[in-house]
Amino acid sequence: MSGISQDDVAHLAHLARISIPADQLGHYADQLGAILDAVAQVSSLDTSDVPAMSHPVPMTNVFREDIPGVSLTAAQALSGAPAVEDERFRVPRILDEE
Amino acid sequence: MAEAIMNYDEAISKFDPVLGLEVHVELGTNTKMFCGCSTVFGAPPNTHVCPVCLGLPGALPTLNKIGVESAIRIGLALNCEIAQWCRFARKNYFYPDMPKNFQTSQYDEPIAFEGYLDVEIDTDEGRKTFRVPIERAHMEEDTGKNSHVGGATGRIHGADYSLVDYNRAGIPLIEIVTKPITGTGKYAPEVAKAYVAALRDILRGLGVSDVKMEQGSLRCDVNLSLRETPESKLGIRSETKNVNSLRSVERAVRYEVTRHAARLTAGDSVVQETRHWHEDTGISTSGRPKSDAEDYRYFPEPDLLPIAPSREWVEELRATIPENPAVRRARLVADWGLSELDMNTVINSGALDLIVEAVDAGVDAAAARKWWTGELSRIANDRGIELEELPVTPVHLKRLEELITAGSLNDKLARQALEGVIAGEGDIDAIVAARGLAVVSDDGPLLAAIDEALAADPAVAETIKSGKLAAAGSVVGAVMKATRGQADAARVRELLFEKLGVSE
Repeated sequence: MSGISQDDVAHLAHLARISIPADQLGHYADQLGAILDAVAQVSSLDTSDVPAMSHPVPMTNVFREDIPGVSLTAAQALSGAPAVEDERFRVPRILDEE
Repeated sequence: MAEAIMNYDEAISKFDPVLGLEVHVELGTNTKMFCGCSTVFGAPPNTHVCPVCLGLPGALPTLNKIGVESAIRIGLALNCEIAQWCRFARKNYFYPDMPKNFQTSQYDEPIAFEGYLDVEIDTDEGRKTFRVPIERAHMEEDTGKNSHVGGATGRIHGADYSLVDYNRAGIPLIEIVTKPITGTGKYAPEVAKAYVAALRDILRGLGVSDVKMEQGSLRCDVNLSLRETPESKLGIRSETKNVNSLRSVERAVRYEVTRHAARLTAGDSVVQETRHWHEDTGISTSGRPKSDAEDYRYFPEPDLLPIAPSREWVEELRATIPENPAVRRARLVADWGLSELDMNTVINSGALDLIVEAVDAGVDAAAARKWWTGELSRIANDRGIELEELPVTPVHLKRLEELITAGSLNDKLARQALEGVIAGEGDIDAIVAARGLAVVSDDGPLLAAIDEALAADPAVAETIKSGKLAAAGSVVGAVMKATRGQADAARVRELLFEKLGVSE
């Protein structure tokens, strides 16, 4: 039992900027807990001599030479922006009024 | 609003300061850390961007080799160990300066760790070395630039909305973090400043960055806490951001010591928070409360492969590390027999490398120093150019010194020869020939000029005869003038005294 609490769900939702109504926190806590429990079955195996892995391809040191390539134009870069001003991305107010 | 502070000396008598410094340096690579966009400063907004640095779906990062090499070289110059194997990690946060919604950084596997940097400062007991322990140097990327619109001040508070330029997003950064620096006592501000200055000199020497604090390519955060005694456990620290000049580093440490001390003495605790430094008023103000590291939900970057620098590669890079600037300075002070003050003059004139180059080419150190910090500095200053821009080479200075030693040029003629070099008239011998520069060594014309000078000022001969030898200066000066500087002043003096029957 992984023990994901409703507080954990509320915290994660806040970090991910997802709005979850309070009456559904328990629902998601149960679901996330079940997922973690499923994954946790791995820990029943002895992995003490298996190095942790973050990438399926056993390669290292893949580099790019420091030579400039092609960038987008400002018009291309901004073409998908919901709002544009002065060739810049216009974004909503960052801090709420205090 | 300004907070209460305590007098610095009183604060230090009551508390022991502990420093921590985080320095971000923007690398001078041609391209960004994870894509081929240019890093050139000052381009029109959003023209150095691509799907990778804009975080468009499906874009994949590719790692800049020079960025990694620079990180390893910085680590080596700071006496760090270099990781055998390390990865990047995603630092997740939502803020419009990072369109990916995470910063690609390194978390628990920095490329360099466990180093130190020795810095020297002046103390009441003379010069003293403090060892600054370095915890890590890791690779990450810079963010985009926000400008805030609306509101009274153009600051983020009260703004109506913000505009973002992503040209800077993805430019390689190296973050260098010290361990808690203890044992500085009252010299905490000076040690902090000396550390950042020494770090800047090392980074400049490595050629990895232009390290311009005023342009933000070197940025410093100052962490400070106080404890009652050196035996007490560490106090709660504040982290002051935006400390972007050497002077500010010193001032920010001093200010935080006085602010913490006032709070602690009043029975308040220090709040663990980020603070903003204000250069104009010399105080810091509260920013946001420090969030827990866990909130960033770091995890290994799946789109980049691990880095496993071979020991051969590390040793190859180690061979490119120049001598530590502070060590080099100490060596040159000893080799050249200079005082610390003389050395300061040399360094402030920006002539150090040029003098070293001349000395390596066989020019006497004192002569090289005299030319570069004297006449050549004056000429460069008059023309508003850097010393390096003068077309004067070690070969020129060497030949000039040979001619002076041989007695065929004096100081004044040598200066004229240098003017010729700067005017592009060829090598020293060609200039000397073309301009007819030669010390008049034939006594005949000198004696004639001495007679003329004595005739013009009849009283001076008697003055000299009466024992006031200093009066000879005016006669020698007149002879130098008459010969347009081509006389050997020492010989003129000799001849004059012989003539008047006085001895020195």
